[in-house]
Amino acid sequence: MSTLAQKKGFGATIWDYLTTVDHKKIAILYLIAGGFFFLVGGLEAMFIRVQLAVPNNDFVSAGLYNEILTMHGTTMIFLAAMPLVFAFMNAIMPLQIGARDVAFPFLNSLGFWLFFFGGVFLNLSWFLGGAPDAGWTSYASLSLASEGHGIDFYVLGLQISGAGTLIGGINFLVTIINMRAPGMTYMRMPMFTWATFVTSALILFAFPPLTIGLFLMLFDRMFGANFFDPTMGGNTIIWEHFFWIFGHPEVYILILPAFGIFSEIFAIFSRKRLFGYSSMVFATVLIGFLGFMVWAHHMFTTGMGPIANAIFAVATMAIAVPTGIKIFNWLFTMWGGSIQFTTPMMYAVAFIPSFTMGGVTGVMLASAAQDYQYHDSYFVVAHFHYVIVGGVVFALLAGTHLYWPKMFGTMLNEKMGKWTFWLFLIGFHLTFFIQHFLGLWGMPRRIFTFNEGQGLDAANAVSTVGAFFMAVSTIILLINIIMTSIKNEKVGSDPWGDGRTLEWAIPSPPPFYNFKQLPLVRGLDALWIEKMEGKKGMTPAEPLGDIHMPNNSIIPFVMSSGLFVAAFGAMYHADEGNTWGIPVLIIGLLITLGSMLVRSVKDDHGYHIHKEELVDDDDKGVKA
Amino acid sequence: MTNEQLNSGNPKVDIEYRRKKNAEEMRYQIITFALMIFLTLVAFVAVGYEGFSASFAVPFILVLAFVQVAFQLYYFMHMSHKGHEAPALFLYSGVFVGFITVLAFMTVIWW
Ligand code: HEM
Ligand SMILES: [Cu+2]
Repeated sequence: MSTLAQKKGFGATIWDYLTTVDHKKIAILYLIAGGFFFLVGGLEAMFIRVQLAVPNNDFVSAGLYNEILTMHGTTMIFLAAMPLVFAFMNAIMPLQIGARDVAFPFLNSLGFWLFFFGGVFLNLSWFLGGAPDAGWTSYASLSLASEGHGIDFYVLGLQISGAGTLIGGINFLVTIINMRAPGMTYMRMPMFTWATFVTSALILFAFPPLTIGLFLMLFDRMFGANFFDPTMGGNTIIWEHFFWIFGHPEVYILILPAFGIFSEIFAIFSRKRLFGYSSMVFATVLIGFLGFMVWAHHMFTTGMGPIANAIFAVATMAIAVPTGIKIFNWLFTMWGGSIQFTTPMMYAVAFIPSFTMGGVTGVMLASAAQDYQYHDSYFVVAHFHYVIVGGVVFALLAGTHLYWPKMFGTMLNEKMGKWTFWLFLIGFHLTFFIQHFLGLWGMPRRIFTFNEGQGLDAANAVSTVGAFFMAVSTIILLINIIMTSIKNEKVGSDPWGDGRTLEWAIPSPPPFYNFKQLPLVRGLDALWIEKMEGKKGMTPAEPLGDIHMPNNSIIPFVMSSGLFVAAFGAMYHADEGNTWGIPVLIIGLLITLGSMLVRSVKDDHGYHIHKEELVDDDDKGVKA
Repeated sequence: MTNEQLNSGNPKVDIEYRRKKNAEEMRYQIITFALMIFLTLVAFVAVGYEGFSASFAVPFILVLAFVQVAFQLYYFMHMSHKGHEAPALFLYSGVFVGFITVLAFMTVIWW
């Protein structure tokens, strides 16, 4: 990737990435791991669509279909979308606020490795007796009845990776609160940074309910408790509440960074300041706030009663208001701008109608009485794919093109990028638009096959064709990435030419200390302001001085691997005649606790880059 | 990085003022400490005394618990000081989310 790494030899590079605490390298790790899981989840999606292509298909069996469907949803949300969002937040947010790293570089690395080991654990279920099969929501009445270890993999895997996510979120919060460059007030922060901030707050409050739900499930399944078993005095609905108290904010955790990326894109490629910046901030915060009061719209049909249904219906519809504010602001940003249709901008423009359609079906679903018709039908499937693919995935693809030069120092091919875009856009609408009607015609979600002559054949076939378009588009993106990396034509600090924020003021990829001198921020779109005044780059806010850097460490890796080992012990100990479960559980926990002890006892003060070295390093520094 | 040194090494710090401030702080801490012990005793009495029914005792000690938490946060963890706006914001948001959760559980699951 970077030239620095290539000089080092393969083993040293691997070691470097295993131990790195640099936010830019951790971002690359998130990008690679998330990208890998995205391909895995995509493969699972293709199996689903092939199975449903024709009536009474037997491409996969009913049981295997449940596993594939469950793993598709779980992988895409927890192991693909989340880490990819984290990749961009890690790569870009510290640069946007003019920081040299995140507040806790060590924790940043720990967060990644926890996510990674959790994800690997979850996916090992395929090879160890069967994957989870109760849907990504894993409703307790279903999952407690599921045989084998599939659900255990789900519970333990998500528990581990969830801890990583929580750590990451807290880290971003502290970073944004404490490490903004001089002059970078809250109301001068770029929209993507704001999105990261609110998203991290949502993570902070949404993941603990999931953790609790998973713990209760873990005790029910592995240690003989009965929290969710009504025959033993438990209550199966409690899981649903915990899951959705987490689950609804989770969908906003995904979409807000997407909004952030698009806000950057609209401003850059319209060559205009983001319209209504302060209302955008307000809308983002409001969405985050309201996001916590609507979770029960997923449970209208569980019998909460008309009052609760009415309250949650109204609260849900209210979210459409701040979302609408944002849509209009983006439109007004483009209005009168000198628009350049680069690949990221094409995604952004396509995002508006696509996502809005998802929002509209959302409001339809939010009406409790109507939801009795739509619930658990393909209409819901169409809704959430319109918002998640048309919103989040579009943003991730757009962000990949936009920030690739910043992360790797070389531009993805624009021509291939546009092919990817068009194929994906067509494939996406082909696959999911028709699913609205499938739902209205009565096709339930999560079924593994359907009978001939129910009027579902043609629409399902169309949907499958669309999926292949998206698959081809993804392959083109991969080829693009490989070819770009091989060619490796280096670009300068502002490859799009119209960068507005601080990340475009430093070289691509930035030196490991980011800013030689912290920049002085004089307003929103800090770099643009300097450009308009005819300056080449940012004015430094401090004299050239020594820079304090953290040391690399393998401890996060070891700490996470301990939990990975412990999870196997916890899972198998309850099996008939198992003797090694408890010892393995204890060994695993000892590894984790031991490495925590080492970390606390060993003083690690980091090191300094000296002023003299920085002076020599002129071509890499801030253009000040 | 820029925020590392919050209160040390600054020659302009007024030692006299600091000392007075600290003494005042200490006084508050002792008063709240005594109050907290007292409230704890009251809580025990409320539960132990036969004359109070559970429907009085439970809400009553819950109220006492809230007061204790507030004392703890504001006097012992210095949330009354300046520069704690962000922690306060997140704390109250957390309380809010927790409250909504409990409220919902009380009303729609175990009604
Ligand atoms: C205007 C905003 C939105 C409204 C009013 C809304 C409303 C709803 C409602 C009422 C449901 C439940 C349908 C049912 O199960 O019967 C639902 C499901 C869902 N929504 Fe939304 N939604 C909105 C935006 C979003 C966004 C932005 C995302 C994600 C980025 C999202 C992701 C989902 C998902 C994943 C589900 C299905 C969960 C499942 O059952 O597996 N929604 N939405
Ligand atoms: Cu929801």
